[in-house]
Amino acid sequence: MSEAKSTSTIAAVHAKKFDLGELFLEGRAFLALVVIIAVFSFLSPNYFTLSNFLIMASHVAIYGLLAIGMLLVVLNGGIDLSVGSVLGLSGIVAGYLMKGIELKSFGIILFEPVWVVALLTCLAGAVLGGVNGVLIAYLRVPAFVATLGVMYVARGVALLITNGLTFNSLGGRPELGNTGFDWLGFNRILDVPIGVIVLAALAGLAGLLLSQTAFGRWLYASGGNMRAAELSGVPVKRVQIAVYALSGVCAAIAGLVLSSQLTSAGPTAGTTYELTAIAAVVVGGAALTGGRGTVRGTMLGAFVIGFLSDGLVIIGVSSYWQTVYRSCHRPRGIAQLNSIPRGKKIAAREGLTSFVCE
Amino acid sequence: MTAKQNSAGKEIDVADLVVLEARNVSKSFGNIHALKAVNFAVHKGKVTTLFGENGAGKSTLMKILSGIIQPSGGEILLDGAAVAFTSSTDARNRGISIIHQELSLAQNLSVRDNIFMGREILKYGQVDFAEEERQTRALMTGLQQDIDPLTKVEDLRLGQQQIVEIARSLSVNSRILIMDEPTSALSATEVELLFKVVEDLKAKDVSIVYISHHLEEALQITDYAVVLRDGAMTAYASRGDIDLEWIVRNMVGENFDLGSPPSGYEMGKVALAIEDLTVPSKGGVAFNVVDHLSLSVRAGEIVCIYGLMGAGRTEMMECVAGRLKSSGGRVLLVGHDVAGLSIAERITSGLSLVPEDRQRDGLVQTMSVGQNLSLASIRTFVKNLFVSHADEVSLIDRSIKQVHIKTSGGKAAIGSLSGGNQQKVVIGKMMATGPKVLLLDEPSRGIDVGAKGEVFKLLAEGAKRGLAVIYSTSEVGECFSVAHRIVVLRRGRISAEFTANTTKEAIMAASGEAMAA
Repeated sequence: MSEAKSTSTIAAVHAKKFDLGELFLEGRAFLALVVIIAVFSFLSPNYFTLSNFLIMASHVAIYGLLAIGMLLVVLNGGIDLSVGSVLGLSGIVAGYLMKGIELKSFGIILFEPVWVVALLTCLAGAVLGGVNGVLIAYLRVPAFVATLGVMYVARGVALLITNGLTFNSLGGRPELGNTGFDWLGFNRILDVPIGVIVLAALAGLAGLLLSQTAFGRWLYASGGNMRAAELSGVPVKRVQIAVYALSGVCAAIAGLVLSSQLTSAGPTAGTTYELTAIAAVVVGGAALTGGRGTVRGTMLGAFVIGFLSDGLVIIGVSSYWQTVYRSCHRPRGIAQLNSIPRGKKIAAREGLTSFVCE
Repeated sequence: MTAKQNSAGKEIDVADLVVLEARNVSKSFGNIHALKAVNFAVHKGKVTTLFGENGAGKSTLMKILSGIIQPSGGEILLDGAAVAFTSSTDARNRGISIIHQELSLAQNLSVRDNIFMGREILKYGQVDFAEEERQTRALMTGLQQDIDPLTKVEDLRLGQQQIVEIARSLSVNSRILIMDEPTSALSATEVELLFKVVEDLKAKDVSIVYISHHLEEALQITDYAVVLRDGAMTAYASRGDIDLEWIVRNMVGENFDLGSPPSGYEMGKVALAIEDLTVPSKGGVAFNVVDHLSLSVRAGEIVCIYGLMGAGRTEMMECVAGRLKSSGGRVLLVGHDVAGLSIAERITSGLSLVPEDRQRDGLVQTMSVGQNLSLASIRTFVKNLFVSHADEVSLIDRSIKQVHIKTSGGKAAIGSLSGGNQQKVVIGKMMATGPKVLLLDEPSRGIDVGAKGEVFKLLAEGAKRGLAVIYSTSEVGECFSVAHRIVVLRRGRISAEFTANTTKEAIMAASGEAMAA
């Protein structure tokens, strides 16, 4: 009996340290962002300009959208490796729909308005994510394996649909009434790219979902201790499916934004983006074991990573070096976090952030 | 029996050499005294059995003797000289090994690899498998066991796995072997086998410290018995002086008071009726962990379920709460069959479970005290999609007061609470759902006596308000706290039912723990 007491006091000490660490960590991510901006502004006169920040932000939007979905999954204690492929496939689905669906028996080609295309694309993302969720929740496939499978399937389907080619000029034609696909990627409201606004809106919604709804509480609870959550009446399986479906929707939105920015949809778009998204979530202070993490932190993480890689491009670091850099900080950081026991994680994450600082 | 006993049974003849001795050993964790000046001696080539209820301090003492934790007072003598073990490795190097209840074998490795795990025999920088295998074979021959060194541990029966653990201890030349509840998961034939090995070990002058809840079984091999109660040694005698009754008397003591059943009100109608409930075992083996069990509880009634480990208490409760599937029978909540309802729906209709293992099943460590308290009832204060914070805060404050949680407030980290207060959080969480029937699986496990008293008081208060309560315990003394009725479970069936006027001995006899007593 007394042992239980002593372990609980130890746990208390740990909890305190952990909270402090968490605070410190989010501060570190913020600090890293400031340092990155300062260093690159010093290195390049073009970095610290409003137009550059807006361009970088619209790049971050893609990663950020993926990272929001990834955060939900990570809070649940899972991982979603399929988001990059789902992003790619969503672009293809949107492109395919924009090109018109040929109904041979009627001899007509159906052109849908852009909002229908967007809706159907999000639906496709939700279905793919839902497949992940069902595999994980009901068939008890480990998240890593299930989402890895879906990652390959989605990529394969994207290549099959396009035969490996890219859908070009998705601008639509006025006479068909399906123009406006480029609105997401090109338009600006008060100079802010629509993609960034979409990210901000989605981040706000996700923040509300996590902090104000019962679903959010269920998600934190089932990520923190699934058995306890289940015994407290939390519908853990439905929560699990929902987070993967939402992650799929986020990936689909990211796919829409990306293909709209490019007005083209390639089947290999978004390759390895899942790792960037995971890195953003982890740099933002979420625990891969589940139950801990915030939207704010994840957004910080996304901006740290996005501003850094764009900065490297701007100062003209060879793309090979960038790859070396990326391969260092993303998967290694993740591997570290996975293999290190809980108490040491903060140190590892601080190591990760300091690596980002360099 | 080489030891001679004197009439008092207090002093032990020195005929048996004492190899390991604890003198006035005490251990405190914060304000809790887990051990109070305990004396304990291990005799060469003998079995010293440690008896005591859960929380009596047995494990603490064993951890001290095996170097896992250090005592806060007193001294340890090894072969008459004072020693201080710095770690369990240190103790093992001096010939003291402990075999935990949960075996520490790598299931995926062979017997040979397990025995030499972490200290492989090397030859030219490579593992000398042939030598390891030869030594393993020799060990197994020594133990008269027909276990092939190359068999994977997962392919062995549990009893054989235990033998492998013993072989591993012997391979490091252990002279003193501590066995913590080695038989709790073994079948009768496996127990026989283990006892034969123990006899062989004794013949080889290996001293054994044995812990078991199965008193009768333990008596078969005991040479010396030590009884602990509430961290203090209450009795010490050699085999010739003791019988089951002696052990039970010393284990339980007479100073156990955790309140009395609430009275002065009328019990209501039957709130929960379990009819012919059957739960199959998990492994697919053809036996039922809960076997055609029927039980009904009225509103305002408190029923205690007593039974040994594996008697089916947890399975029965988890099945009623909806976590496990039954293979037969039905559960009626105020007359309505709950079949097909999810855990959440059962909670909403008034059936709540406080699980046995609060760390694993009860609490979400990443959330605050308040968030844990409101988790099960969060549906009730959702307004227009969003959680109403005012409602939540008032619920949390009410719960903290209702179940008397000592905390700085709802925002405190759950890990900052003591075990007893954590348990109250789990109970408070389920109470907040407004249950009609509350199931509590070992609510007193791992909490100190004061907290136990408070927990039972909560149950009594709940019953007065018309709550039907079922709680289980494996400490016989707790049957007499607040229960109106005591039901003894044995191998998934009800073996006896008592009113609060029965004796501990009768309950223990019905559970199969002490049949002869």
